[in-house]
Amino acid sequence: MTTQHTIFDGNEAAAYVAYKTNEVCAIYPITPSSTMGELADQWTTEGRKNIWGNVPVVVEMQSEGGAAGAVHGALQTGALSTTFTASQGLLLMIPNMYKIAGELTSTVFHVAARSLATQGLSIFGDHSDVMAVRSTGFALLASGSVQEAHDLALISQAATLRTRIPFVHFFDGFRTSHEVNKIELLTDEQIFAMIPDELVFAHRARGLNPDHPFIRGTAQNPDVYFQGRETVNRFYLETPGIVQDTMDRFNDLTGRSYSLVEYHGHPQAERVIVLMGSGAETLRETVDYMVHNGDRVGVLQVRLYRPFSAQPFLQAMPDTVKAIAVLDRTKDPAANGEPLYVDVVTTLSEAAATAALPWATPPRVVGGRYGLSSKEFTPAMARGIYNELSGASPKNHFTIGIRDDLTHTSLEYDPEFVIESDNTVRAMFFGLGADGTVSANKNSIKIIGDDPRFYAQGYFVYDSKKSGSQTVSHLRFGPDPIRSTYLVQSANFIGCHQFSFLNSADVLARAAPGATFLLNSPYDAAEVWDSLPLFVQQQIIAKRITFYVIDAYKVARNAGMGTRINTIMQTCFFAVSDVLPREEAIAKIKDSIKKTYLKKGEEVVRKNFKAVDETLANLHRVKVPAQATSTIARRDVVAVDAPEFVRNVTALMMDGRGDELPVSMLPNDGTYPSGTAAWEKRNISMFVPVWEPDICIQCGNCGLVCPHSVIRSKFYNKSRLQPAPASFKTAPLSGRGFPDVYYTLQVYVEDCTGCTLCVEACPAKSKEKSGVKALNMRAKDPGLDDERKNIAFFQSLPDNDRGRVDFSTVRGVQYLQPLFEFSGACAGCGETPYLKLLSQLFGDRLLVANATGCSSIYGGNLPTTPWAVNQEGRGPVWSNSLFEDNAEFGLGFQLTAEKHRTLAYQLLQELRSTLGDDFVEDILSASQDEESEIRAQRARVNELKQRLANLNVTKAKRLLSLADQLVRRSVWIVGGDGWAYDIGAGGLDHVLSMDRDVNVLVLDTEVYSNTGGQMSKSTPLAAVAKFAVGGKMVGKKDLTLQAISYGHVYVARIALGANPQQSLLAFREAETYKGPSLILAYSPCIAHGINMEHGLRQQKLAVESGYWPLMRYNPDLRRDDRNPFMLDSPRPMIPLKDYAYKELRYDILRRTNPEQAELLMRLAQENVDLKWRVYEEMATRGDPEHRFAKPN
Amino acid sequence: MDLHTSYMGLQLKHPIVASASPLSEDVDNIKRMEDAGASAVVMFSLFEEQLRHESAAMEHFMSYGTNSFAEALSYFPAVEDYHAGPERYLDILRRASESADIPIIGSLNGITNEGWIDYAKNMEQAGARGIELNIYYIPADINISGREVEQRYIDIARHVKQAVSIPVAFKLSAYFSSVAYMAKQLDEAGVDALVLFNRFWQPDFDIEQREIVHSLDLSRSGQIRLRLLWIALLYGRIQASLGATTGVYSHVEIIKYLMAGADVVMTTSALLKNGIAYLTTLEEQLTRWMEEHEYTSVAQMKGCMSQQHVADPTAFERANYIKILENYQSSYAL
Repeated sequence: MTTQHTIFDGNEAAAYVAYKTNEVCAIYPITPSSTMGELADQWTTEGRKNIWGNVPVVVEMQSEGGAAGAVHGALQTGALSTTFTASQGLLLMIPNMYKIAGELTSTVFHVAARSLATQGLSIFGDHSDVMAVRSTGFALLASGSVQEAHDLALISQAATLRTRIPFVHFFDGFRTSHEVNKIELLTDEQIFAMIPDELVFAHRARGLNPDHPFIRGTAQNPDVYFQGRETVNRFYLETPGIVQDTMDRFNDLTGRSYSLVEYHGHPQAERVIVLMGSGAETLRETVDYMVHNGDRVGVLQVRLYRPFSAQPFLQAMPDTVKAIAVLDRTKDPAANGEPLYVDVVTTLSEAAATAALPWATPPRVVGGRYGLSSKEFTPAMARGIYNELSGASPKNHFTIGIRDDLTHTSLEYDPEFVIESDNTVRAMFFGLGADGTVSANKNSIKIIGDDPRFYAQGYFVYDSKKSGSQTVSHLRFGPDPIRSTYLVQSANFIGCHQFSFLNSADVLARAAPGATFLLNSPYDAAEVWDSLPLFVQQQIIAKRITFYVIDAYKVARNAGMGTRINTIMQTCFFAVSDVLPREEAIAKIKDSIKKTYLKKGEEVVRKNFKAVDETLANLHRVKVPAQATSTIARRDVVAVDAPEFVRNVTALMMDGRGDELPVSMLPNDGTYPSGTAAWEKRNISMFVPVWEPDICIQCGNCGLVCPHSVIRSKFYNKSRLQPAPASFKTAPLSGRGFPDVYYTLQVYVEDCTGCTLCVEACPAKSKEKSGVKALNMRAKDPGLDDERKNIAFFQSLPDNDRGRVDFSTVRGVQYLQPLFEFSGACAGCGETPYLKLLSQLFGDRLLVANATGCSSIYGGNLPTTPWAVNQEGRGPVWSNSLFEDNAEFGLGFQLTAEKHRTLAYQLLQELRSTLGDDFVEDILSASQDEESEIRAQRARVNELKQRLANLNVTKAKRLLSLADQLVRRSVWIVGGDGWAYDIGAGGLDHVLSMDRDVNVLVLDTEVYSNTGGQMSKSTPLAAVAKFAVGGKMVGKKDLTLQAISYGHVYVARIALGANPQQSLLAFREAETYKGPSLILAYSPCIAHGINMEHGLRQQKLAVESGYWPLMRYNPDLRRDDRNPFMLDSPRPMIPLKDYAYKELRYDILRRTNPEQAELLMRLAQENVDLKWRVYEEMATRGDPEHRFAKPN
Repeated sequence: MDLHTSYMGLQLKHPIVASASPLSEDVDNIKRMEDAGASAVVMFSLFEEQLRHESAAMEHFMSYGTNSFAEALSYFPAVEDYHAGPERYLDILRRASESADIPIIGSLNGITNEGWIDYAKNMEQAGARGIELNIYYIPADINISGREVEQRYIDIARHVKQAVSIPVAFKLSAYFSSVAYMAKQLDEAGVDALVLFNRFWQPDFDIEQREIVHSLDLSRSGQIRLRLLWIALLYGRIQASLGATTGVYSHVEIIKYLMAGADVVMTTSALLKNGIAYLTTLEEQLTRWMEEHEYTSVAQMKGCMSQQHVADPTAFERANYIKILENYQSSYAL
């Protein structure tokens, strides 16, 4: 049989088999495993069948706990069932995993292994999660490569049916799950041969069936539970043998051989490293190199980790070994060693006790940690460990790959040790997320990998920003299978797709001598040399680099492709890299374009073809001079006046050098300073809004909608302008009675993402020239230096006194300093304006509990945070616990506030005579609803603290430690719809049911935005999302009505772009309401498939169509015998489709299934009509005064 | 009463046709038009420029944000067979053609030669019984001569006629130096019908927002006069059928158009204003009027007021304007 090759990443490799061998799949999205579930769902939509010729059922659940429950149920009734997950998701499955294993149920959970959230969350790969389930009774089988993820997925599925032991099949998150590689594809016949029908029938027969009734899942007493636990022993004892037998059977069918424990290296090795996962591939490479150079070293790869079987381990280990290092990709801080190490030590110890050891002198065993959170694990590190094992007393409990200057666990290694083969082309590409570099590279891998002469590998590194994100692609091509599971270290091709990167990244650091360098440059071949920074020139000369340039943006513009330069740079790569003959490569690119885009419209094909054709004519080699002559130096990463931590720690992370930070430089409990985003100055937009003071009406709309807080307003006395830069713009404050007061609207241009929402929101237009507003997008660079000076001067102006600002109007709020600024959210993000408003209104006493999701990433993903500090040193505090528990987490904040305030009140009473009766009474009785009242209380508390500091009594000290709580705190529970409607719904419901003064803000994008647009219960009827490819069939949950049903919850539904005043009112009412409050905020998102410039328009249309009725429900109104339900938007004025079909999430269905689209849109319209009738009835009940609010 | 008429080679049961409008974006509406008595339906216009834009926009939105962020390598489900080309239009056309007994006529507004030809062929394959080419090219470039503009129209007519075997109608504007000559050239190029006239793109201003407004108001009955003039002048002088469009609100306008020489009379505004069922009313009004005036067929009425048939042919020419002034006072009054 001819072997079929394909290009897969690890996720697809595993999911392919899981899909083929199961009937039911219940999932919940979580990075880095989400792709597996999405693929399964996609395949069901396409009607793809499993090996038995039926289409599996794929369901998305509300949490991983739900997914595990559904899988458990499906298994118990006899269906072959699976799930995919990672990290905290796997932890949420643990209760079910114990049950599934206890009931000897065959299943495989495929896990893209990922770090657990500890001192910080990490989406990246290590074995922390799978190690946390090692006691559940599941078998654990580890894959180390994309091919293994494919093969072991099948082996685990076959083995689970034979052993009845459930399996976790895991592979390293990102390194394997996201690595693209060329693999041998299993055929249906091979898969079928591995899964005999009788095992499937037996599995079914064990299922619950009323025709053969029994019960399972009993409650057991002390008399039998223990014995019952021991009944399973034989199954576990037999499992290793069955797995090996299954591997052997697999080898017979495919020619690919696997062992439970596999040794590779010198037959008489003296130093051996034991490990699991993708690091084994790197070790094989290193061992081959070292053995070739005379070292007696080897690597022992553990595949079946649970049940751990001593015999295969002892048999595989060379009897010449003198020193063993056991590597764990996890940390168990309180244990006497990490899990695999402990298992190896136990194995050797038990063998010694029974005289089963093959060695006269038992080898020395040390354990070490490596690769946590996808930290690189390179041949250099591997050799560092072997070197350590050569010593007389190798360090135990070591770390490798970091510098631990505190407890000195880390091993030294020589990073210059590079063993990449010259048979392999190693290419690196530096791109922007938005320029399509990664997509093009994936395409190149496919083009080259499809050629039988080549193997190909790709791995992609992304930063943590959602706007202006940078990507680095690491590609390898060669005649042999590529097993290097680390980033390219010595590149013979480097493509830099953004000229600005030359200043912000050391692009040529990994260039090999004689490498080829391709630069997308606005300067042509004759000009470019003098435009390079000095250190880039020096590297080009020193490394004898061949240098090419192209102005890809010009070519893209000419081809009508806007800023999409991916095809152009891909064509350049093929043209100068010589991986394939040029003509052949161009033909293949065009063929690929045609395949990809033909159904999507000939226009796209035409433009891409044009781009390819014009590329070669615009690609030029640069004549490299003998001397570096540039006067351009690299700019400092952060300003010299940045705080010490920012300069010493944050700046290195920003600069891509975080790996260099030693342990001592990092906080030991995950605590990081606020306000660090302000130092980042990402300069990601070439166009920024420019203010026209003469046209501006100073309404504040622009600042309100700005997602990145780059538009600021201040008023000040004219006299303050004395030292202003000449370019500083100003205008008399509009409004009568302030002749000497001036106004400035300052744009922080270096932090602007160019989203243009401010321009959209601006209502002031030139009387002389149509289309010119008070804000207009202009090129940034010409005025950049001036603007830097203007911003510095603007910052030197005093912040406006919050006591003088009208909090009730948009016009007034513009003068409140945002304490949420310059986040890495998408350009035009619909969520962040709400958070900014929150920080403006209540920032100096704000506590934010943030559910995991987009808002926790742009809010708290290192290196920086947008949560900031005001000039008084106060600002929001922010924390993220988990995804599922955020309401409860925030409730805890409030419980502390209440408890500590009560304690403070008691102590005040007890110290009344000392502190002064009136003074204490003033504090105790202070109303703190309005800002002026808050400020007055703050002054009293400051006075109190001064008085207490002078009292040397215990009660005074106690009160001093609690005094800050006497200023009312504002607790906000923030999260997206994935949290509020799905995974956190139970907790949210419970917290709302309590009579506690918490505020909940749901940033409702109607999909899981952070993990890539999966359906939530908030996803509207008729919209397409992942897991709702055919359009969502049911309407979204009405969380407002659910909360209203309690009667005591303040509820508001808002849309800032439709009615900013109503949003502002809702925030203020919710905050002052003495009880739980819930605000649902419509948040446009790129997952809606809109031009984010139109986010405000879409909010208006959502409201005008009646899809998103603005409302408030204020239980306090009942006290005045008024109807608490207030409708703040007028009756629907347009049909739903006039709003919906302006978004791709709805429109796409018209293009894939027009009949279904028509049907669902009709149902969706009926839903809107019905909801409006219900709302209208509630709003008009017994209170004609509140029939309707006036339209804004 | 014989209401039958022949239009671009199609035999229609009466001359009232639903013209291109958003109503025909929905197959159900087309069925309702048939049920209400329309003798033919011209589909909404397929705009080549819009398709090109949509195709690029769809690709943009589908790929926006992809492979940019580690947690979300895409934001939409992989949809391999979505269509950003004319498929949606063709699907409606196909379904309408299959389900309706009356002729469904495709309407096309192109910008390139390939666009005109390819989409016309597509419509033919989808079951269109005819194609209406809806052209309003705005020669904004002051260096383009009227001759060049006319040639462009004629070239399109020739290309499309060569490409398809179904009848082709040409819906054009009145803004030619010599409308009659233009009509004659198109007739010679082989078009099967002329539809007079489309409502040339005329932007409006919003003076509050100081923005150009892109909207189209419903036509008014007063707008029929220009069309009456040219139909009356062209009737009997060219081979192509004549379709009248714009300003039809009642049987009065229909009758006027027929008397001028139109083979069919098209309406959209009346349907948008009064609903699709109003087609039935129009047919009834027409029949009743004809009965009251003892007409037995549309053929009998057709062209009776055309220039060829009026007693005073100069009535359609400039001198007639003088006559209006002269007639300001009654000839019979003292």
